[in-house]
Amino acid sequence: MKRKEAGIKFYIFLGAFIIVALFPFYWQFVTSIKPADEIFGSGFAMWPKQLYLKAYKMVFVLRPFANYLWNSLMVSSLTTIYAVIVGSMAAYAIARLHFKGKAIIMGLILAVSMFPQIAIISPIYLFMKTMGLRNTWLGLIIPYTTITMPLAIWNLTTFFKKIPTSLEEAAKIDGATPFQAFTKVIMPLAAPGAFTTAIIVFIAAWNEYLFALTINTAEKSKTVPVGISMFQGRYTVPWGEIAAATVIVTVPLVIMILIFQKRIVSGLTDGAVKG
Amino acid sequence: MAGVILKDMDKTYPNGFKAVHGHNLEIIDGEFMVFVGPSGCAKSTTLRMIAGLEEITGGECLIGDKVVNEVAPKDRNIAMVFQNYALYPHMTVYDNMAFGLKLAKYPKEKIDKRVKEAAIILGITDLLDRKPKEMSGGQRQRVALGRAIVRKPEVFLFDEPLSNLDAKLRVHMRVELTKLHQQLKTTMIYVTHDQVEAMTMGDRICVMELGVIKQVDNPIKLYNEPKNKFVASFIGSPSMNLLEGKLTEEDGKTYVTTSDLKLRIPEEKAKKVRDYIGKDIWFGIRPEHIETDETAKDKEDNYVTVEISVVEQMGSEIFTYFTAGTDQQTARLEPAAKVEAGKKARFWFDTTRCHIFDKETEENVSL
Repeated sequence: MKRKEAGIKFYIFLGAFIIVALFPFYWQFVTSIKPADEIFGSGFAMWPKQLYLKAYKMVFVLRPFANYLWNSLMVSSLTTIYAVIVGSMAAYAIARLHFKGKAIIMGLILAVSMFPQIAIISPIYLFMKTMGLRNTWLGLIIPYTTITMPLAIWNLTTFFKKIPTSLEEAAKIDGATPFQAFTKVIMPLAAPGAFTTAIIVFIAAWNEYLFALTINTAEKSKTVPVGISMFQGRYTVPWGEIAAATVIVTVPLVIMILIFQKRIVSGLTDGAVKG
Repeated sequence: MAGVILKDMDKTYPNGFKAVHGHNLEIIDGEFMVFVGPSGCAKSTTLRMIAGLEEITGGECLIGDKVVNEVAPKDRNIAMVFQNYALYPHMTVYDNMAFGLKLAKYPKEKIDKRVKEAAIILGITDLLDRKPKEMSGGQRQRVALGRAIVRKPEVFLFDEPLSNLDAKLRVHMRVELTKLHQQLKTTMIYVTHDQVEAMTMGDRICVMELGVIKQVDNPIKLYNEPKNKFVASFIGSPSMNLLEGKLTEEDGKTYVTTSDLKLRIPEEKAKKVRDYIGKDIWFGIRPEHIETDETAKDKEDNYVTVEISVVEQMGSEIFTYFTAGTDQQTARLEPAAKVEAGKKARFWFDTTRCHIFDKETEENVSL
């Protein structure tokens, strides 16, 4: 059957969708390069009359924004690494082992992520306070991994289930220990799943606001979303700086997705079995 | 090199299902043994138990003179080829073949030598840099074989390795495998559901049904002297004609009487089944032992007129289907035989080659 060509209407809707999706980001970017009088000035200008890059400088000079970025980067990266490693081991076990109550366990794991954050923030805050983990990276990594783990496990389990068991059996006969079979045969094949999971977890941790706001209140340990929200003074809202900071924090995410995009292709198992 | 011995080997699953019922089998060192049977006969399970991929729940499995019940697959000195090849898709052909040797920490030069030797044997030297997805089914199958060969195992295990290939390639690979066995002279255990593969490849064949070994013999003995009705019907294509009937005696002659046939059993056979006169039996005769009255002229008796339903001209022979008793029966005739669908024909049944099976036990009582 001949594949149907996309018509003009398709492109109109596609264009409209892209504009709607990207306009907020564009507006944020334009705002970040406008001087204050243009931001507050009258009119709806799609492009600044004069280029004004001072907001970017102000973000780093006036505020400890580099520090926020560092905190966010470390918390998100460590969360991602931990969630993917532990999540893949758990998912592998769930995908491969036969045990009773598998469906119940999967349900419980999912239930963990269903609590509204506001409902669990108090106990978590008290826990962190008692453990002396407030204003530390660990104080955020623990709740973040808790929230993201269900997603990691569910996502990875589906990937592991797709990998034929005969590959592990072949590895076993070839002399691999279960751990070697996991690291040398299974993980490389589950890599697309691991990358997808890593991106989702990283973005969730990078953008998280409520826990960060509550647990890490000291200036030195704030993350980016909290940091930006504190830009606002009593009488002023520095829109230019906020916009500049927003643009900056989006960059690592875009870079990360561009790097991993090619790896998030399924079909890496092509050729493993059958023809 | 080593043989394999199964002693009362059982497999009972945790849910209580008994898949393997006390297998007793001795596979001689250097032998090509084929496990054959319909699906669900536990042939693969038996193979996987020898490989160490399934737990042995009763009895013993010996490789060489060592009981391997509790030995890990990697320490059993075996290599296995899977039905779906199970190549590592992220590795090149070279790495696929070298994987086991690398894990065993062989020196690089030795690995290289072994992989290249195996590649030459299998004719895949120019594929060594490819990934599995860049190869055809036949090529992948060769790589899977190569991965087994490089390990120089004492026993090769094949789990329906050719069933994913197309018919032509399957025949080709069948010959290659037989050649490989002649070259390596290593014990090979080969699982298949295809009785043609079993007949053509095996030094001996082990026929299984529902977790029970029904007969172990060389192909020709299995074909000519099936010990029971199951083996008789499973081995051979088209399969043996089986008719329900009764043994009777008239004027000192023994007859088998079915719903619409009456055939005399020659004296020599009749002696063996004397105890069954007057009893219900299964009468079995292979399609090639039914002839037209043109090729079988001037026989004393055992001519039967039947109505032919279908004629399949194969070129080298003709399969003719007719109804006798309740089931459709087959005759394998000379290519020049004059038979036509819908017409009647007069067939001669060569009862010197027939088999009589006990109705209850289904054992062959005419051997």
